[in-house]
Amino acid sequence: MAGHSNWPEWIYIGIVVALMTWVGAEAWEVERLIEHVPADAEIIKVTGQQWFWTFEHEDGTKEIGELHVEAGKAYKFEVTATDVIHSFNIHDYVVLIDAIPGRVNTVWFAPDEPGVHDIQCREYCGLIHYNMRGTLYVEEP
Amino acid sequence: MVLELQKPRPIWQIMFSTHHTDVGLLYLIMSLGFLFLGGALALAIRAELFLPGAQIIGDAMTFNRIFTVHGTTLIFLFIIPFASAVGNYFVPIMVRYKDMAYPKLNAIAFWMIPPAGALIWLGFADFTWYATPPYSIISAPGPAADMWIFGLKILGISSVLGAINFVVTILKCKHPDMSIGQVPLLAWSFLSSSLIILVAIPTFAAALLMLLTDRLGVSGFFNPAMGGDPIAYAHLFWFTFHPEVYVLVIPAIGMMYEIIPRFSRRPIYSYGSGVFAFVLLAIVGFSSWAHHMYATGMSFTEKTVFMVGTLAAVPASAMHVFNFIATMWNGRIRFSTPMMWAVGGIALFFSAGAGGVVNSAMPLDFTTHDTYWVVGHFHLFVMGTIAFGSIGYLYYMFPYVTGRMYNEAMGKIHFILSFVGTVLVFFTQHVLGLYGMPRRIFDYPPIPEWIAMNQIASIGAMIIGVSMAIFLANMIYSSGRGEPANTDDPFGVGGKYYYPFEAKNPSH
Repeated sequence: MAGHSNWPEWIYIGIVVALMTWVGAEAWEVERLIEHVPADAEIIKVTGQQWFWTFEHEDGTKEIGELHVEAGKAYKFEVTATDVIHSFNIHDYVVLIDAIPGRVNTVWFAPDEPGVHDIQCREYCGLIHYNMRGTLYVEEP
Repeated sequence: MVLELQKPRPIWQIMFSTHHTDVGLLYLIMSLGFLFLGGALALAIRAELFLPGAQIIGDAMTFNRIFTVHGTTLIFLFIIPFASAVGNYFVPIMVRYKDMAYPKLNAIAFWMIPPAGALIWLGFADFTWYATPPYSIISAPGPAADMWIFGLKILGISSVLGAINFVVTILKCKHPDMSIGQVPLLAWSFLSSSLIILVAIPTFAAALLMLLTDRLGVSGFFNPAMGGDPIAYAHLFWFTFHPEVYVLVIPAIGMMYEIIPRFSRRPIYSYGSGVFAFVLLAIVGFSSWAHHMYATGMSFTEKTVFMVGTLAAVPASAMHVFNFIATMWNGRIRFSTPMMWAVGGIALFFSAGAGGVVNSAMPLDFTTHDTYWVVGHFHLFVMGTIAFGSIGYLYYMFPYVTGRMYNEAMGKIHFILSFVGTVLVFFTQHVLGLYGMPRRIFDYPPIPEWIAMNQIASIGAMIIGVSMAIFLANMIYSSGRGEPANTDDPFGVGGKYYYPFEAKNPSH
């Protein structure tokens, strides 16, 4: 509708589209790799409830608010909740998945070196949401 | 307002009027009232988070209620009514019609908002503006939650009525000599956002009713204990509210389209691409809702689809930015207050969009999702882009509404303080999110980085608070005692303006 030629805008739009395509392709590639759970990953059942985390290891031992794992091993979390939606998060390892009552979501990680990390809830779940925290202990194998 | 002071009418004549400028004035004053109320809550939140531990807000429940009402107020009771104010003043004039298409409907749509606002404020619910189920069903205290649901229900109906009015006014009531390709971009922005509302809102309206019956215990749509699925609510909610983001931002972009060519003293670089970008945004806005839900356990394919849908919205937004810059290029720019707000708004719009690309990329979203990164990201839109465009436009329409000029120096100080404050608060919150601080938390552990970032953000918020006090003083003083404006060309930039006050119908 404008009377003049608009070529600079088309070049600009081309650059933006190319950039977005690149971002999308990279994200697709990385996510595809991340979602591939190693076959030997040990399963840890994670349950969120107002306002604490419960962990159950494969051998049946349970922990509340604390999680002990070994460095160098892969772990697969099966995450659910009993009351409202929570979100299981170990920020240092970019572990994040919603804990939803009635569903089991999975996420995995492989801690590489011993250390202590924060576990927190990242979805609003009520009164003590701010303090629904736990601690991850990554120990020597 | 001052026109009212100069030619006084009883207040009930304005309140019961159906004339578009009167309804616009009501929208304007009410939305600004809620801007200050919602802003005060924001200051309370920032004061609380200045240090770990309880500061000024005694308990977590009060804090949760405050951020819920803060968000609900500023989105539904400031941003949307403010856009309606501008639309009411200007759209009929831009399409050269005597009034809105349905004046009574217009007044009804306005008068639904104060009761809804009262429900939200008297209830003071705590379940976030997302009303997250099953928390909102089994755990959120009533009657606050139910009052919030009814309030939102009323606001939804009001939005739909307003949208119908804008669509009909623009498409059916425009002057016969005027083709749709000659309608100014501000009116185009209202056409696009109104069409989005008509498609998007009914979904949320349904979800709200389901939420209410779930709360009453007669259904279990979103309650897993009764076989329901809370993720269904997430889909219904975001199907409405991701497009709603564009409902909020598009009128603000339209306002910038009015300001920037005027103060650059050049015609808009490409009218066609502005229209194209509005319509494109209105369409692709519907293809990205589930990017809010990557962490709910979606499959890889779903995530990919919604990532592509989200990235598709970027070129449309980028076209607006290009259009603004190309218009200003070689323009004889006059940096009056409205222009400063518009240019600042564009800069922050670009920053917000760039941050949004990070969220949309699936693996990165797991770092940023539900942290302060997201808070910073969307506040750069709602504050940095929408409020900046809106406040700029308020300064722009001030002489038309009141017949007087605001104080230019105070307007510029307001802008500079607000811009500095906005950068301090929301850029810092992006970084805070990368450090992992979750949003919606009343208290946080004393991690040194978190404390430092929170303090910077709180100081920025106080700067914004000071700037808004200056703004309020300027508006009140200038509307009564300001210099009389040269209403032919109040900003001394020449060109043809739209004059709302000339549309005053003396019989009203």
